[in-house]
Amino acid sequence: MTKVTFRQPDGVESTIEVPDGWSLMEAAMQNDINGLLAECGGGCACATCHVYVEELELSGLDEISDMEADMLECVSSERRPESRLSCQLRMSEGSKDLVVLIPESQI
Amino acid sequence: MSKEIFIVVGAGQAGLQICTALRANGFEGRLILIGDESSLPYQRPPLSKEFLLGDLDPERLLYRKAEYFEKLDVELILDDTVEKLDASRCTVSLRSGRTLKYSKLALATGARVRALECVGSDSPDVCYIRTLADSLNLRERLQRAKSMVVVGGGFIGLEAGAMACKMGKKVSVVEGSERLMKRAISPDLSEYYLSLHREKGVDVRVGCEVSHLEQHQHGLTVVPKIGQSITADIVLVGIGVVPNSEIAESAGLECANGILVNEKCLTSDANIVAAGDCTMHQNQFLQKTLRLESIQNAVDQAKVAASSMLGGNQTYDQVPWFWSDQYDVTLQIAGVTSDYDNHVRLCGKNENSFSFLYFKGDELLGVDSINHPVMHMAARKILQRKMGDETGILKSMTVDEIAAFAKARPTVSS
Ligand SMILES: Cc1cc2nc3c(=O)[nH]c(=O)nc-3n(C[C@H](O)[C@H](O)[C@H](O)COP(=O)(O)OP(=O)(O)OC[C@H]3O[C@@H](n4cnc5c(N)ncnc54)[C@H](O)[C@@H]3O)c2cc1C
Ligand code: FES
Repeated sequence: MTKVTFRQPDGVESTIEVPDGWSLMEAAMQNDINGLLAECGGGCACATCHVYVEELELSGLDEISDMEADMLECVSSERRPESRLSCQLRMSEGSKDLVVLIPESQI
Repeated sequence: MSKEIFIVVGAGQAGLQICTALRANGFEGRLILIGDESSLPYQRPPLSKEFLLGDLDPERLLYRKAEYFEKLDVELILDDTVEKLDASRCTVSLRSGRTLKYSKLALATGARVRALECVGSDSPDVCYIRTLADSLNLRERLQRAKSMVVVGGGFIGLEAGAMACKMGKKVSVVEGSERLMKRAISPDLSEYYLSLHREKGVDVRVGCEVSHLEQHQHGLTVVPKIGQSITADIVLVGIGVVPNSEIAESAGLECANGILVNEKCLTSDANIVAAGDCTMHQNQFLQKTLRLESIQNAVDQAKVAASSMLGGNQTYDQVPWFWSDQYDVTLQIAGVTSDYDNHVRLCGKNENSFSFLYFKGDELLGVDSINHPVMHMAARKILQRKMGDETGILKSMTVDEIAAFAKARPTVSS
């Protein structure tokens, strides 16, 4: 289990536990976190599960794949260095707890 | 006045989205979602993709947990079927014996697989993929099997074939028409996929129609009308789907290879809307009447259907898009390109990344992208602007220029 806090653009926070093996997107959707659409259900094909990961470089998350990097070029809110697609962020035993910011829009 | 009752039939992608949109738009009446599968609404795309590899928990496919439906105040009736719709009395009758009255009804009944009809096709070793149960069955069999024949070279069969190949199985594909995924992609791309599957060691036969199947103690032989037979442990059939429109038809709603709906997703009955794979719809964007089987279509139509149930004026006018994963190749399709008369190929960062832009005259009809999401996303933005012949300028642009062009102008909101 990894604790992940989602911060909405208006500052409201909710924290959920992400089971090992699950992606951040999957856990967020099932826990009804607002602000993600995830239209393609995790296929890295829609760029509507965009989040900003606080302290990304310290997070120990997997590197960005070429496909994710390309999709990140297409996000509707600002693309920042800490931008990630939450469907590509898979939690595992030993993952660090995270704080992620939800962008203003996904489409 | 008694509380309004909205009933949604079909707890799939569109049914769930209709419920979500109704509540988001302020509907406060009773909301009932009826589905004939036993699971909560789940994603189908992974069923022919990574789910087959065997280690994904089915729970992971759920869109939402049970609590979501409580929170949304949706009365969920699962594992029960709407057997009859009485549009004059505004009632639906369930297999379990209940009859429910509605003030507005949404049909989101999806589609079911088209069955292979030939001698031997009733064998238990013949599999399909539409439901979670189907995919669980196939993945369990794949664990034990050494070989699989895919009948039908469409998206689902080829995706599952690619997965089986990845698992080290001997895979063959027989496709009746002269090329792969004929309904959705251009001859050039069909050619690309033919080479891809063959390079991976898949025995792909196009222009090869199945005559019949022969059952053995272990496995089956697929006998084509012309050419050599193929024997394998499993036969996977992926030859398309048929819309679940029977209850609508018997109720007298207009149907033609799907439930007919207008641009507001209204059926021929003013109290009934329909959305998703079950609809034959007037597509404003494409200026055509057609049936689409995609997540995009289910989601976007569902939003419009929900609006119409509430008396709103939203219309369905979205760029169709779709994707497919085979091996490490992601295909993304924007628009519908079957009528093209000229096309342009653009390269991405490496040889495994490119797009085809399809035009009719100077009008861009759509773009197929292979591992090239930048072009796909740009295409969706440009297409949504409906520029007609003005898109001819794209023919001489580079990928970067097109991406900048897509970003530069705001999308005209519909
Ligand atoms: C294996 C597979 C892979 C796919 N891959 C992709 C992909 O990569 N990209 C993409 O865009 N699309 C893909 N699709 C298509 C996509 O999943 C469908 O277009 C989408 O699910 C349609 O949603 P829907 O709600 O209209 O229908 P469905 O999701 O089929 O939901 C309809 C539900 O209604 C139920 N139902 C039917 N009749 C009744 C009744 N009388 N009473 C009660 N319940 C009833 C059905 O059992 C079903 O549960 C794929 C589909 C499959 C099967
Ligand atoms: S869910 Fe579509 S890219 Fe993440």
